[in-house]
Amino acid sequence: MKQFLVFVKKEFYHVFRDRRTLLILFGLPIMQILLFGFALTNEMKNAKVVVVDYAHDIASQQIITKIEASSYFSIEKAVMSYEDMHKAFKQGKIKCAIIFPPNFNEDLTHAQKASVQVIADASDPNTAKTIANYLTAYIGDYQQSINATMQLPMVIQPEVRMLYNPDLNGSMNFIPGVIALVLMIICVTLTSVSIVKEKEMGTMEILLVSPFKPIYVILSKAVPYLALSLINLVVILLLSVFVMNVPIRGNVFLLFAECTLFVISALSFGLLVSSFTNSQQAAMLISMMGMMLPTILFTGFIFPLENMPLPLQVISNIIPSKWFYIIVKAVMLKGLGFGTVWKETCILLGMTAVLLTISLKKFKIRLQ
Amino acid sequence: MEKAIICKDLTKQFGDFAAVNKISFDVNAGEIFGFLGANGAGKTTAMRMLCGLSYPTSGEATVAGFNVYKQQDHIKRNIGYMSQKFSLYESLTVQENIRFFGGIYGLSDKALKDKSNSLIERLGLQAEAKKRVSELPLGWKQKLAFSVAIIHQPKIVFLDEPTGGVDPITRRQFWDLIYEAADDGITIFVTTHYMDEAEYCNRISIMVDGRVEALDTPTNLKHQYKVETMDEVFYQLARAAKRSGE
Amino acid sequence: MQPFNRLNHRTLMGSVIIEHIKKTYDKGNVLALKDVSFTVNEGELFGLIGADGAGKTSLFRILTTLLLADEGKATVNGYDVIKDYKQIRGCVGYMPGKFSLYQDLTIEENLNFFATLFATSVEENYDLIKDIYEQIKPFKDRRAGKLSGGMKQKLALCCALIHKPAVLFLDEPTTGVDAVSRKEFWEMLKRLKEQGITILVSTPYMDEATLCERIALIQNGNILSIDTPENITKAYPRKLYALTASVVHKILSDVKAYPEIASCYSFGEFLHISFKNDGKDNTKELLQHLSQKGFKDVTIKEIEPTVEDCFIELM
Repeated sequence: MKQFLVFVKKEFYHVFRDRRTLLILFGLPIMQILLFGFALTNEMKNAKVVVVDYAHDIASQQIITKIEASSYFSIEKAVMSYEDMHKAFKQGKIKCAIIFPPNFNEDLTHAQKASVQVIADASDPNTAKTIANYLTAYIGDYQQSINATMQLPMVIQPEVRMLYNPDLNGSMNFIPGVIALVLMIICVTLTSVSIVKEKEMGTMEILLVSPFKPIYVILSKAVPYLALSLINLVVILLLSVFVMNVPIRGNVFLLFAECTLFVISALSFGLLVSSFTNSQQAAMLISMMGMMLPTILFTGFIFPLENMPLPLQVISNIIPSKWFYIIVKAVMLKGLGFGTVWKETCILLGMTAVLLTISLKKFKIRLQ
Repeated sequence: MEKAIICKDLTKQFGDFAAVNKISFDVNAGEIFGFLGANGAGKTTAMRMLCGLSYPTSGEATVAGFNVYKQQDHIKRNIGYMSQKFSLYESLTVQENIRFFGGIYGLSDKALKDKSNSLIERLGLQAEAKKRVSELPLGWKQKLAFSVAIIHQPKIVFLDEPTGGVDPITRRQFWDLIYEAADDGITIFVTTHYMDEAEYCNRISIMVDGRVEALDTPTNLKHQYKVETMDEVFYQLARAAKRSGE
Repeated sequence: MQPFNRLNHRTLMGSVIIEHIKKTYDKGNVLALKDVSFTVNEGELFGLIGADGAGKTSLFRILTTLLLADEGKATVNGYDVIKDYKQIRGCVGYMPGKFSLYQDLTIEENLNFFATLFATSVEENYDLIKDIYEQIKPFKDRRAGKLSGGMKQKLALCCALIHKPAVLFLDEPTTGVDAVSRKEFWEMLKRLKEQGITILVSTPYMDEATLCERIALIQNGNILSIDTPENITKAYPRKLYALTASVVHKILSDVKAYPEIASCYSFGEFLHISFKNDGKDNTKELLQHLSQKGFKDVTIKEIEPTVEDCFIELM
């Protein structure tokens, strides 16, 4: 036990004495959060909104004037069919459209209720969401202003449709994505590199020749990185809550438990990488290619999974990060409990068990 | 006599630490010059400056007639370099390595072809010409590395512990190549930890703590220190060293 | 453990027995060791002498249980290298060739780490390393990466010794180290030997062979000879002469071409030569021959062969 502790202490020395590792460890999450955060929450100005006004009545005109008056939008009036509009969306010519149905004012005054359609191209989810929010706010404003003089309240129902990415993946969702990414980098890359470094320096030979059990070598490598990744998690969560204003809606303990599970799976993968590479560069490259890239590609936090070709969607299922991402999104952003993520948790658990078994089996008690 | 290298008060300072402290020596053209010193005496630093890889802090030096401050590019074109930690690409074949390095020094295609053929023949590597360097035994690699280092007929070739770890026969064959190159007029600047190899040199210098403490022919040095072998000369000088470590 | 083994163990304490070890790499394509057998006695300072790629490191790794041999048996300190690898790992000290310690830990931290790793403490076996450690103690707070070659080597030796191993394996401890540090290192080894530790050391430097009690000359995975350095040099088959002249390397080709010459190799300022037939008045004839070629200042004297002469002869 004492040996184990000394070993763990040594690992911490390595981490804290190496500026590069420290930078990756603590600089990376901060950089990632800020980078993704600001890249994705861009302020929109003069967004082009196409107005398709089938009503051409007083109410629709008033709303349009109101929107036009704001500096946020530049209005383009057009008469087009639904088909043409969809084509224009597909070709990326328009990002947002507001459609007044025929008889808008009539519905409003007679039935006290009318609907207006807001369609946004959500492949850029942040902008889409912001535009849609502004537009519905203007409509709401208008509704209030006319209701002030009416006895019977009238309701304008904005029907918001997000094209291409209805769940708006990407807006706050980058936080769970960054968590997955950062934990992955730290656990896989740093663990594999630190083990392979011992091989390169020849110290691994000494460790193996010592009575210290090889399995402890692995464990004592894993422990510090587990601890450090959890610290990192705290940093990311604090940043996301206080800097990015993304709240944690669900149970924090559940979140940490799930993260720990994910960290263990990543650590196992790191160990696995280290057992078949002999140079730090190779370990680094494999960790990056093997885990970081899939994490970025296949979790859907940057590119919506739904839009990917089917084969890639199938492949995404074997990436632990994908399941982890679903779990964190559910727990952290939606505030759901274990009941809703038990399936994903089981899958992740299974993956971890397999990875861990293989990596322990593959770890050599000799050099070859 | 024509000088291949002239050093005057050459100094390299790292902060307070004078890695190389005012060394002065000349190397004659066509000479085999042994550059000895304990670990950390400043050999590597001095050699780097002479090869045009780093600027001296002060002092003067010319290598192959070129100034180490202003004409580093010219120096590089006129020297060859080989170190124990290989200068060959393991994943390229013998022939490819020769052509690559020849190409770097701007040999023409025809010259390259002639050179590589004659080189392969001279080293007796005909059967291995198309084999990867990684498959060659260490001794052959070293001989090949040396031949490649002088493929562009440099004025001076720098050899940094070229014979480390090779067997005694290969070591001697390697020195045969060195003598051949010297007979062709190439100046040889060599470092080694083998003291018997020091005796193969025309003149040797021994560095201690950043300074050149001794410089003469092996025979004269032995007389001067009144000992039988170079080993003892070296030991007497290096034992007095205050610092150690590169 | 079975009683037989225990008995075995006691009698073989500190010894290393190697029987018909064979090792190949790359699925049998690269032969590292072919049929190597020898025994190192308890408390012996044994040298494994050979160039890079001769098989020294492979053999050391097999003996320290880091590699499995293809064929053959070996025991260290009475333990089988395959079956009892755990016991061996507790009782041997090993300094790999490329061993460079933890660069970012200080001298003291490195030493403490290895002590704990081997389930002991620095104090417990301080006597053993005292001589060596005192030399680097003034720098104990310096990180290993900032140490000189000689100091690193001393620290590495301390770390390998910290658990008072029965057998110490040193793989090329003096490679790339200057002559002075090498000399100091061998003096340390001699003192360690007096403490009863069996020491196996490998080196490419032939001149270090005479510092060992017994040596094995190894080349291309073959053991060329095993004996004391004296016996090995005595076994040189012919009379050996040293020839010297003002420009020795110019004579080399002429001497080599002389028909009676059996061997001719340069050794520093000398050529070591031997003749095919020792019965005749060889030296006189050779001197005459050389003087006809224009080399007047040649002298030849008979000398004792060195280990290097023998190694070349056996290659």
